[in-house]
Formats: sequence, C-alpha cells, structure tokens
Amino acid sequence: MTTWHDYLKEEGRPPSWPYPVRFEQEREVDTDILVIGGGIAGCWAAISAARLGMRVALVEKSDTVRSGSGGPGCDHWCNAPANPLSRVDPDGWARHMASRPYSNGIGIQIQCREDFDTLLEMEQMGGKIRDTEDEYVGVEGRDDKTKFMISPRYGTIHSYFPDPRMGEPNFNPPETRNNVVIRVWGSTFKPALKKECKRLGVQIFDRVMGTGLLTENGIQGARVIGATGFDTRTGEFLIFKSKATILSTAGAGSIWFMSMELGGYSNMHSRAISGDGTVMAFRAGAELTKMEAGGVVRIATGYKHKWYTGGGDASYENVPLVDANGKRLPYPIQGWVDAGAMVPAPGVEEKIREGILKGEYALPFYADFPSMPKVEQDATWKLMLGEEATTKVIIKTFNEAGFNTRKDMLQSYKFIEGQSLPQWREAGYGGGLLVDWNLKTSLDGLYAAGTQMFAPEDHSYAAATGRYAGRKAVAYARGIGESKLARDQIETIKNRVYAPVRRSGGIEWKELHAGIARVMQYYASEFRSESLFKMGMDALEKIETESVPMLYALDPHKLMRTLEDLSILEYAKIIIQASRARKASSLPLGFQRLDYPDVDPPEWNKFMTIKLENDKVKIGDLPPEFWGDMKQQYETHNRDYEGVYRGK
Amino acid sequence: MAKKELFALPNVQTPNRPVVFDPDYCTGCNICVEVCPIDVYIPNPEEGKPPIILHPEECWYCGTCAVDCPCPGAIKFNWPLQARGYWKNRETGKIGQI
Repeated sequence: MTTWHDYLKEEGRPPSWPYPVRFEQEREVDTDILVIGGGIAGCWAAISAARLGMRVALVEKSDTVRSGSGGPGCDHWCNAPANPLSRVDPDGWARHMASRPYSNGIGIQIQCREDFDTLLEMEQMGGKIRDTEDEYVGVEGRDDKTKFMISPRYGTIHSYFPDPRMGEPNFNPPETRNNVVIRVWGSTFKPALKKECKRLGVQIFDRVMGTGLLTENGIQGARVIGATGFDTRTGEFLIFKSKATILSTAGAGSIWFMSMELGGYSNMHSRAISGDGTVMAFRAGAELTKMEAGGVVRIATGYKHKWYTGGGDASYENVPLVDANGKRLPYPIQGWVDAGAMVPAPGVEEKIREGILKGEYALPFYADFPSMPKVEQDATWKLMLGEEATTKVIIKTFNEAGFNTRKDMLQSYKFIEGQSLPQWREAGYGGGLLVDWNLKTSLDGLYAAGTQMFAPEDHSYAAATGRYAGRKAVAYARGIGESKLARDQIETIKNRVYAPVRRSGGIEWKELHAGIARVMQYYASEFRSESLFKMGMDALEKIETESVPMLYALDPHKLMRTLEDLSILEYAKIIIQASRARKASSLPLGFQRLDYPDVDPPEWNKFMTIKLENDKVKIGDLPPEFWGDMKQQYETHNRDYEGVYRGK
Repeated sequence: MAKKELFALPNVQTPNRPVVFDPDYCTGCNICVEVCPIDVYIPNPEEGKPPIILHPEECWYCGTCAVDCPCPGAIKFNWPLQARGYWKNRETGKIGQI
C-alpha cells in the first residue's frame, strides 16, 4: 500500500498521527543569532555567523537538507564577475545590473563582489562547481585550466531579451564574452550546506515554522529580540531569544492561484512559499518596499506543462527549437548563438503564430537535441537541465522511459498549452524588506537576506547576501546584552497560532486560500483603481472578520497550511495598501492603474515604502538608487572583509 | 463474484499518487519522509514498510524523494496524466512519452 486510501481499505481505519502531539506546550531556546528560513540564504547566514564563533539557531519550516527554491538544485551561478575568467569589472557589472528599474543595488553589489568567494566556499564544503572528472571536455565555454564551465547566459550584456546586435557577423565571439555566469552542479549544494551547519554546531530546528517576531517590551517598531515558532509535526510552541535575527524566508508565491492542487505542478514555487517572514516583519513594524509590484506568471503556474518537460517559454538552454518537420524556429534558446537570450524580440512570437496558421510551421515543436554535438547534448541535458532545481527528477524519468538525446527531440509546449491569464500574477519576486548596507532592516536587531529583501535575484544572490547578513548580524550582536521577552506579546501570538486547533469544524485552509485568491484576481490584478482597491480591502477584511474565526485545523500539518494562508491574507492586504499609494502606472512594476493611466511619469520614479506604526499603515518613499554610490558604500561598510574562508 | 461491502468514501485528491513505491526494494528507511520539503509522506506505522502518501495534492514535484532515495528501484515518479512529456525520434518519427 502507498496511499492513504489504500491504507484505509486494508486496515479498516486511518493511520494515527505518527508524531507526538504537543499543541501549546512551550520550549525556550536561547541563542546569539537566530536565522528564520533555512533555504540557500538562511543556510549561508547560519554558516557565516557560526564561523565567527557565535551560537546560531536555524529555523526551517521543511528540512534544511532540501528546503527552499534552491534546495533540489541549481545549474547557474549567476553574476560572478569576480571569477578569474570574467572580462568585466565587478563594480561596473553591478552598476549595469542595478540600472534595471526598481532593482536592489545593495544586494547586487554584494552579489557581484562576493558571490565568487561564496562559490569557492561552496566547493570547500563539498559542492561541485567544476568539471573535475573531465566529463565535458570540448563543451563551448569550458575552461580547461580551471575546469569551470562558463554558461552561454549573458554573452555580452545582461538581458533575457536578444542583444540588438544578434545575427551580425562575428556576433558574440568567445574572446569578447563577459564570462560572468558559471554552470554548477547545484544538486550537491544543499546537503553540503546542512552538513556544514551541523559541523559548526548550528542548532537546526527542522519542521519549525516561524510565527512571529518578539520585540523589546512587545512594542511595534522596537528592537527585535527573538521570535516564536511551532513544530509542524508535533504542534509544539518554540520561543527563541536572540541578540540578532536574520529573516531569510521567501516571498508569497500563490496569492493569485485558486487551486492548490494544480499549483503543486509548479516547479518554481512550492506551496510552502507563503510570505511568512515578510508578514512577521511587517507586524513587528519593519518597513517594506516595492510591495505593489507584480507581473503575470508566464511559467510554472501549475496550469501549464512543467517547465523542463518542455516549455519554450523558458527556452531549451542551448537546444535549437524546430517545427514538426525539422524547420528551425526564430525563437531564442539561451545559447551562444543568441548570447543567452531567453525571450524573443518583440514581434517574433506573433510571427511564429502567424506561421502556424499559414502552414509555415508545423506543430508540435521540438528541441532538436540530435542536431547538437554529443558533448553539448550531454552538458545541456545532464548539467544545465539535470541540475536546475526540480529538473533532476524530470531527466531521470525521461531517461528511464527511454528518451535519448542522441536520437530524440523533446516536445515543446510553448505554443500549444495556452497562455497565462492576466489574473495569474506573482508577488514572490518583487516586494520585500527594506535593507541598508548592513542588510539590516528598519528595525534594530533584524536583518534580511535572499528573497526576503525587496527586488531579490537568484540562487547566488541568496547565497552571497545570506553570507553577508550572517557576518553583519554577528557584528551587531557582539554589542548586545541580555534582553527580557514580553510575555503578553508571546500570549498574543500563541492565541493566534492555536485558534484553529481549538475548533473542530468550520472552514479549512484550502477554502480560505481560494477565497483570498479570488479577491486578488477580481480587485488587484490586471486592472487596478482606487474603487477596486477599496472593494478588495473590504472583501479581505470580510474574510478576516467572518471566515478566519471559523478556521479549523485537525493536525499540526494542517495548522501549518492554515497559518501560511493567514500570512497570505495579510500579504494580500499589504499589496493592496501599497498599491493604493502609487498613484501612477508603471511598466517595470507590472502596475496598471485605470485611474492614473500615465505610465512611469518621472515624479513617480521612486520606491514606495509601507510599514505599521501603532498598528496604522504608514506610507513613505525613497528616491531611486537611494543606496548611493555602490562601490564606495560597499567599501566603506566592508573594510574588514576577509574574503574566502580559511578556517577549519 | 462474492458480494463485497460497498463503503461510502469521498473522492480522492487529485493528483493522488505522485510516486509509486516498490515494497520489494523499499526498506522503509523514511529518508524520503525526511527530505520531502512539504511532508507529502508520513512513516508507515509498520516498521520497514514504504511510507504512506498523506498529502499528495501538495506535492510540487521537486523530486528530491526519488533523487535522494538510497535504494534504487524503491521509488518511481508517477507524473499525473496531464504532465507526461512527449518526444519524437528524429529519424523514425516515432513518438515517445514518459
């Protein structure tokens, strides 16, 4: 038997809950540095703090060994301009990257300066970052001396769009490529990070969900002195006391998606990405920014085919796309030939569509692996696709079913699976905590890293900023003495956390989730206006006052999901309130206001901020590039930076 | 045919079986239970037996249970019908599917 229904049929009764049940029982943990979220950023933060001799507690809602978006793997170490093969200056490349509207110049500067050091430390811990077994000799981009595999991504400039020079003679020759992106064997990373955490004596609390931040005297906006959590298998309540706290959870991935069942097919966002950290920080009084941002989710919606079983929307990474008769399509493939472009130039998609109707291109389309040199097939299939996050199991399944890159072409679903609806939006990669050059949030004692910050980037960004936040939190914690937790604050959180298990009937989390998603689809998606926002807020508040008091959860797992959706409810309210504050439309923010149709007027070229003061929403703003001169600021704040770890 | 009692059961969640365990190879070590980021599984009450799939509809198909399984052949990934990819042999035109 494998399924619950099989068990029921055979045993005549459902299985008992397999873990001890300890709802409301308390356990206190005293630590120096508390890290909440054990994904890539959190593990790096914990390691960097522990290496400086501090006591570290790492709290992770899943199991640190594979948790987070980067847990299953990672095939690209992006933006490592400090690597020895790079032809760009790290500071110049950072400026180039940060020139994209509403990006995070602080995080990008840290990434560009430090993520190659971070990668070398990954190798020290046992992560595989070079072709040490000479498996890919002859692959374009492989450096035979260092055995680094340079990726075709970002051949000349950083862009997912094609370089305007594409197609010109001698376009993107090897001697002018910037070489900032390195192919890596990321499925080896997360277990190595967990192992290093253990070796350093980090106290790991797996299957513990952070539920609230504790502040001095329980006051909103005061110094953060700890946090609470609950064990998602036993229901036990944990109280953490810390000198500094680093938040490294993710954004909220499924706010606009109604069906959690289909959402499960998404390979970009697991169900667990529910904005817990952002909401915790907001409640504690921390300032957020860019919360109004969001675009249509074009990949990994759960309603589409899982990415690498063949969505042309993500490209085949260096594999030519052809029609059913073998005719090459003018679609970029993120290869050397198009300098890593993933998204077609304007008009190209429409041309292909017209071609389909006229019979010029025969459906379905395929990724023509056999047309590539064998060693390139292998590097693409086994390394770039095989190591990219949740794709390893896809490659495994295809191999077992008989797919062979030497003979077979992989089907593409880009033009036959349907288009994303304007209502399928995402909030996971836009808004987040405002940070300074120490990655400190607006609250003393609270730091942020990775996707927890506004405008986050990718895996190596999470790693480098986590590593950085760890050492900055330690510097702060060294000057902090004992603090006393406020019991009434703990009680308030505890009552909120356990309310659903004190009931035995009512509304379950899935319905709550669908209700929130519906409100966001109606009132805060493609079309936005003050009157729609008001209806949206009223609808969310109605859910809060009428439905939330009816929530029930029968076991600790369902309680976790319920609390995640309560995070999502709060996150949705923040999005609407932040959206109200931006009285202009914006292309880069994916933000269209019917009542303020002007697109990106200069006076609105600024970051809008949002926070709670005495439980009232307070809106502020910051100029673009509020972080100042990136190189100078970085150097001022990091005179003591020691580079690659040399400890034992 | 012997008359069996018919029970009134709710519909099963969809998808219901993201993986298939082979009890001949699975040792019930529960490594998959530990690595699964979202607790799709619980350990089988009977020691040494494959875990029970309790929350199949929450699976995000990250595959770490199958990839990290130390017993070859114990877990087979079972893609839902609508997520089974196709391919075509370039020479013969024969269509394959996972």
